[in-house]
Amino acid sequence: MSLYLILIPILGALALLLFRPNQANAWALGISLAVQVGTLFLLSGFNPNGGLQFGLDTPWMASVGLRFHLEVDGITLLLLLLTNLLTPLILFSSFNRRFESESRYYGLVLLMQGALNGVFLAWDGLLFYIFYELALIPIYFICAIWGGADRIRVTLKFFIYTFIGSLFMLVAMLYVYLKTPAPHSFQWEDLVAVQLTNAEAWWVALGFFLAFAVKMPVFPFHTWQPDTYTTSPTGGTMLLSAIMLKMGIYGVIRWMIPLAPESMHTWMPVFVGLAVTGVVYASLIAVKQTDLKRLIAYSSIAHVGLIAAGVLVWNKMGVQGGILQMLNHGINVLGLFFAVDILERRLGSRSLFDMGGIAKSAPVFAALFMIILLGSLAVPLTNGFPGEFLLLLGVWQYNPWVGALAGLTIIFGAVYLLRAFGLAMFGLPNSQTERFQDVHTGEYVVLGIVAALVLLLGFFPQLILGLTDSSVDRILGAVQF
Amino acid sequence: MLEIVRSVPIDYFVYLCTALFAIGVLGVLTRRNAIVVLMCVELMLNAVNLLLAAFSTYLSDAQGQIMVFFIMVVAAAEAAVGLGILVMIYRNTKSTDISLLDNLKW
Amino acid sequence: MQTLIPLIPFLPLIGFAVNGLFGPRMSKGVSGWIGSGSVLLSFVLSILAFMEVSATHSPIRSEVYHFMSVGNLHISFGFLVDALSSWMMLIVTGIGFLIHVYSIGYMHDDAGFSRFFAYLNLFIFSMLLLIMGDNFVMLFFGWEGVGLCSYLLIGFWFTNRDYNLAANKAFIMNRIGDLGLLLGMFLIFKTFGSLQYEEVFARLAESQVETGVITSICLLLFVGAIGKSAQIPLFTWLPDAMAGPTPVSALIHAATMVTAGIYLVARCNGLFSLSHEALQVVAVVGMATSVLAALIGLQQNDIKKVLAYSTVSQLGLMFVSLGMGAYASAMFHVTTHAFFKALLFLGAGSVIHAMGGEQDIRNMGGLRKHLPITFWVFLIGTFAISGVPLLSGFFSKDEILAHTFDHGGVIWWALASFSSLLTATYMGRLFFLTFFGSFRGTHEQAHHLHESPPSMTIPLVALAVLSVVGGLINLPHIFHTGSTQWLAHWLSGTGINHQPVVPLTEVHLSASSEWMLMGFASVVALVVLAFTYASYSKPSNVPVPDEQLKGAARVLAYKFYVDELYNALFVRPTEALSKTLHYYVDVWAIDGVVDGVGRGFQTLGATFRRLQNGNIEYYLIGMVAGGIGLLLTYFL
Repeated sequence: MSLYLILIPILGALALLLFRPNQANAWALGISLAVQVGTLFLLSGFNPNGGLQFGLDTPWMASVGLRFHLEVDGITLLLLLLTNLLTPLILFSSFNRRFESESRYYGLVLLMQGALNGVFLAWDGLLFYIFYELALIPIYFICAIWGGADRIRVTLKFFIYTFIGSLFMLVAMLYVYLKTPAPHSFQWEDLVAVQLTNAEAWWVALGFFLAFAVKMPVFPFHTWQPDTYTTSPTGGTMLLSAIMLKMGIYGVIRWMIPLAPESMHTWMPVFVGLAVTGVVYASLIAVKQTDLKRLIAYSSIAHVGLIAAGVLVWNKMGVQGGILQMLNHGINVLGLFFAVDILERRLGSRSLFDMGGIAKSAPVFAALFMIILLGSLAVPLTNGFPGEFLLLLGVWQYNPWVGALAGLTIIFGAVYLLRAFGLAMFGLPNSQTERFQDVHTGEYVVLGIVAALVLLLGFFPQLILGLTDSSVDRILGAVQF
Repeated sequence: MLEIVRSVPIDYFVYLCTALFAIGVLGVLTRRNAIVVLMCVELMLNAVNLLLAAFSTYLSDAQGQIMVFFIMVVAAAEAAVGLGILVMIYRNTKSTDISLLDNLKW
Repeated sequence: MQTLIPLIPFLPLIGFAVNGLFGPRMSKGVSGWIGSGSVLLSFVLSILAFMEVSATHSPIRSEVYHFMSVGNLHISFGFLVDALSSWMMLIVTGIGFLIHVYSIGYMHDDAGFSRFFAYLNLFIFSMLLLIMGDNFVMLFFGWEGVGLCSYLLIGFWFTNRDYNLAANKAFIMNRIGDLGLLLGMFLIFKTFGSLQYEEVFARLAESQVETGVITSICLLLFVGAIGKSAQIPLFTWLPDAMAGPTPVSALIHAATMVTAGIYLVARCNGLFSLSHEALQVVAVVGMATSVLAALIGLQQNDIKKVLAYSTVSQLGLMFVSLGMGAYASAMFHVTTHAFFKALLFLGAGSVIHAMGGEQDIRNMGGLRKHLPITFWVFLIGTFAISGVPLLSGFFSKDEILAHTFDHGGVIWWALASFSSLLTATYMGRLFFLTFFGSFRGTHEQAHHLHESPPSMTIPLVALAVLSVVGGLINLPHIFHTGSTQWLAHWLSGTGINHQPVVPLTEVHLSASSEWMLMGFASVVALVVLAFTYASYSKPSNVPVPDEQLKGAARVLAYKFYVDELYNALFVRPTEALSKTLHYYVDVWAIDGVVDGVGRGFQTLGATFRRLQNGNIEYYLIGMVAGGIGLLLTYFL
């Protein structure tokens, strides 16, 4: 079952790339919706307390102990939901723009979907690494082909930066692999069972952290991110921010800490410190940004920093909050970037100073934008709140002062998001924004779905928390330090 | 025959082959004419062949001579390909000077 | 009843949804009545709930669904209606309904009519969550929810950039408080292992918790209260919040939302009572705010700004009362203040409506002839807030003064009395400048002057009646009428843990000293009002423009330069820091290092590429040298 989540989009992508049908966008949407249905099917059959489910385990390169091993637990399922709920939305939101050689674009997005599903499903270390790198290839082309000005330099930097990070992870993974009893194995359980000395674990954890910190990104490994988010086509930005960076957080939960718990006493203060520094730092920078997309990029660094901190403190509140917030951040940031896309398409600019008064000409757009923004602000009864509450509580339980520092995000978040929203939507309209058209059906559907999810998950966070609860307990119980 | 060969000390073969090989190496390194270079390569190969044959006889082991045949076949093929390339080079550059062939740099 | 409880907040939420989704397609009448009707229904249900609590002497609980569970943290979306919350519900829905009705008239010509009612309903929903929630997280939902509605309504006329900035300021300052509240909740959770009121207060009673921890919790919660109730140092947002439509100022920024801080402290009285230090802080902050805001109020000329500073000042007085441990008296003042301050704001709204949007009292004057109803109700409001005997404000304020005298001592009492003296002064100044003397506005305005429509005057009259008789709910015990201290007794009803919700705090003063205090306060109020009448009803005594003021008056007119101070201390440094971090740290330093690494490798490559000169002999020499080198290392 779980194999289809990888196979369908990848085969679909190959078909699109080879046959280049005329209605590539419709085909891609259909395929991704099929995957979504598959995910929902998985969800309906999933037993939250049932441990690992829907597994698939066949030898692949038996001589090196590599198996094609997929498993689904609550955490994986949540990330599959994230990927497969949002990919169709991302595809559909791209319908509003015309691309050169559309079939290639949509094929690459599908390839990305398959690779991401693989990352979250992989139960074998090397398989994880393979999918992790596979996901980098389509996004590289998406950004490098359909991006904005200066895209080659920016994308190359992004590619090399994240790729080098991943190589450190590969080395760390191989090191742990070689420590498994012969014949060696990449299976999660076998890797976790390895007892490393503190010094070894120190290096292993560092290797993993470099990979994931660049991907998320965590301060100070974040400088590729604002440029890349700003330059990429909106679809690419959404893929990167809504789904792809979750690979890093997922990696921390599933691989980094379980494989090298011995070093966490030493590393945790450093990692959490960096993450929380990033929260404050990126929030501060976001305060005076004028390019709306860049502003959201920085806000994303802040939000992800908080998720990273929550996950890294490795307690129930933090990890549960982090997992919940992964989904919510994906939803919110997708909505925000789509709103920016609408603004940019209508006005030909992303500068806040070219906007103003849009709420008057486009009230529906303003209302939907507002709801999504509130989700991002973590106002109660929107989806951002339960996650942020748990994250802050988790970090606070780790250390009250660090928790209070991270809590500044709720103040700074209000500062930069409300400033941006006010400058863009309120005030008197200028000659451009006076004629700003309100959302049409296609845009309404995307924004409407996002806004509905914001409210739904805001009122009923237990829907998600219940899915992951026992899986988180299990992983926390298995990995203690 | 065996005795005749064995009456020459094995050292002599080793010295001879080393000398031939060294001449080949020096030829490859110093000469610019591609044909001479190819010939020097052949010389190096044949120096090795000679040594293999000599040891084969001394040790009464046929494997060495089998290797010689392999090497001769490979050398023939290599010479054919090498000369083919040489002809192409000559057609393009009107010369067989290998120092002109520096297009492989960076 | 239990099953109906959730309807009380959710009816306004439905109103919000209907008005929000279909508002633009409905006529204004329908919008208005959906908005008001949903609140009226909530009010009726609140009365029923109140009667049930009163009949059974036990709180009503109602869990709608389980909100979330993580580890040992269990949060229910549940409601708790006890003596305290049922009383607040009456205030919120009752006054809320009156203000909704008023808004039908006041906002009649506004393009955003249905949006306005949607926001108002959302506010009522949030406020009800705040007071009805049965745990701290529910309280926090409402807490942030009302902050959001406040933001939306302050910036209601969104084409005005200044209003938008005022809205941002309110939201951000509230968020600072919210962070404190949030951290307080975390500490509560750590200490008591729960966030449900029931469990927290039960464990508080049975376990010995260090006083230091309790004090920390109380102070953190109080930070939240400071933000929401506009106390020093987070008070500057409230006067700016007057950018919103006047009914909003009446409902949110006077009667209900800003009293959430008082509610919070009263709700957690069990905690606060254990920490003398925390109560001390509450009282000091409250007193400082009360006096400072009243002083600023003396020199303001915008009719709504005066009322706003008055609100800040009165809230400070309520905190003083809380700090004295007199929780019920604070709630009493919350109630009467809701009556007369809503009345004053709505009256001001009626004036502004008549003046065509003019808010400067220097351009008013002599309005009593044109706006008779407004004049009379404003008179009642002014007298009530100033403490004229037998009006509602007199009793509630007197109770607070008695408590300060009893628990704090003479200095506290003197300061509180000074604050009430200032109250009477600025209110008298406002009232007489507005309604007496001769009209100072433009000719056009004079022509336009008219009394407001009945939808506005009826709520005014209702509030005026409440402002007159409101004091009866909690007469001092020296009155010997048989039903003295009714509200205090009601609030001390049985709570969720079989303890009084808000314990009674007695005043241990002899009857004669109480009569003395009361008499002194009455005399002060009357004398001050008479004095202001004498000086401000004369046409010659109109305030001059702020720029011409000198000395202390100028400092007051410019609000002690607090905004300027905050700008210099926080806003501008943050902006500068933001730019510095962006250009110098992020782009130059960190990204410079990243790019530097890349450039370093490029330089290396450029250096080593010279080895690849393409000369075959060169490579061959390298190869042979390497081979010889290998052989040598092998043999040697």
